[in-house]
Amino acid sequence: MAQRAVKVLAGLIGLGVVGAGAFLFITRPQPWPAEHWAQAGAGDAARGAIVFSMGGCVSCHAAPGAKDDAKLTLAGGLALKSPFGTFHVPNISPDEKAGIGGWTLAQFGDAMTRGVGPGGEHLYPSFPYGSYSRISVQDVADLFAYLKTLPKSDHVAPPHELGFPFNIRLAVGGWKFLYLNDKPRVDLANADDKVKRGQYIVEGPGHCGECHTPRDALGGFKTDQWLAGAPNPEGEGRIPNITPGGDIANWSEADIVTYLQTGFTPDYDSVGGSMVEVQQNMSKLPQADVEAIAAYLKAVPKR
Amino acid sequence: MLRKLVAATALCLISATTVVSAAGYGEEREHTMEKIGGAMATLGKVAKGESAYDAEGVKGALTTINTSIGHFKTLFPAGSENDSKEASPAIWANKADFEAHADKLAADSAALLAQLPADQAGVGAAMGVLGKDCGACHQAYRLKK
Repeated sequence: MAQRAVKVLAGLIGLGVVGAGAFLFITRPQPWPAEHWAQAGAGDAARGAIVFSMGGCVSCHAAPGAKDDAKLTLAGGLALKSPFGTFHVPNISPDEKAGIGGWTLAQFGDAMTRGVGPGGEHLYPSFPYGSYSRISVQDVADLFAYLKTLPKSDHVAPPHELGFPFNIRLAVGGWKFLYLNDKPRVDLANADDKVKRGQYIVEGPGHCGECHTPRDALGGFKTDQWLAGAPNPEGEGRIPNITPGGDIANWSEADIVTYLQTGFTPDYDSVGGSMVEVQQNMSKLPQADVEAIAAYLKAVPKR
Repeated sequence: MLRKLVAATALCLISATTVVSAAGYGEEREHTMEKIGGAMATLGKVAKGESAYDAEGVKGALTTINTSIGHFKTLFPAGSENDSKEASPAIWANKADFEAHADKLAADSAALLAQLPADQAGVGAAMGVLGKDCGACHQAYRLKK
């Protein structure tokens, strides 16, 4: 009788070990193999500056309160409050000790597109690699080249302050299993090159969905509500629905372009809040790219 | 008779003030901003080539912006913090900075009046300057609805 109980117990423990092993395997950090980054051509900093504007890196990585050119010193330090705790944004200046000056392209690319840090650890998706996973190898290489031209900072940000269980980095592997991919967010039949370019920008480096798409309890997107608007993560009010069924339904493509380039709506209201900085970045993009964004926004499903 | 008239007038004025105070400053703030928006629309149509450049129209629009923002500054006295959902508490916490933003728009529009933009391109450039002023204040002090 006792022998049977021991056998059952041993069986259960065995199952537990296998289960845990499977879980650890499925949720392990998965950087790209080295060949992936080896295929990149030399990084072009001028093209990287455009990716930089699309990516909005300044909005999180500049020192809090920095203005104008000082914003290009990506010292980190901003505290981002979230339902999971407070994230402290790191230094990504080219400083060799405090920033990313000592990183290889592969390390930078794995962080950007796989959410894996230089030590092989999971990064938290408050860094929007869930969107950046769609950035091309060459754009990553160009961005890396541009970042290396920026001023150095020796500032070291404090570690994140997260509650249990979010402070367990390994758990991010579970989040990635559920949510991390590089597939298109929406299916656009007959998309022409302009719309496809807009899709690349908006879903990838533009990471517009990170604010404009509602999330579930684990912080993943409700993908059937792509760009349909969401509660404001920074306080009261709502982030607008920018599908053709939402707040900009009556805007033409040209209206969207004007807004992104000048901040003026069709009735000459003016952009506010956290969108101001986004609009300032968008205004730096080539005309064709801004038109592509507008074309894509007119093509996504109405919500 | 005169006394009755004076009394009646006084009563009307007092009631009017009470009505405004009861309604709060929210409507007046929005109305003033919409006046500025209307002036921007006039400039915007010229900048986009939708209407022909017209010096009088440009001057009128810039004047409207200049006087409106001066009036706007007076619509945020202590005690009016809850008069509209879009006015951030940061306005009263940083009153001097908020007013400095209004002053900047006033100064920039005055400078443009002194050296009036002379053509479509000039008006476009002017809108860039003024638009930045709008954005800078809205970024810090305007809340989403």
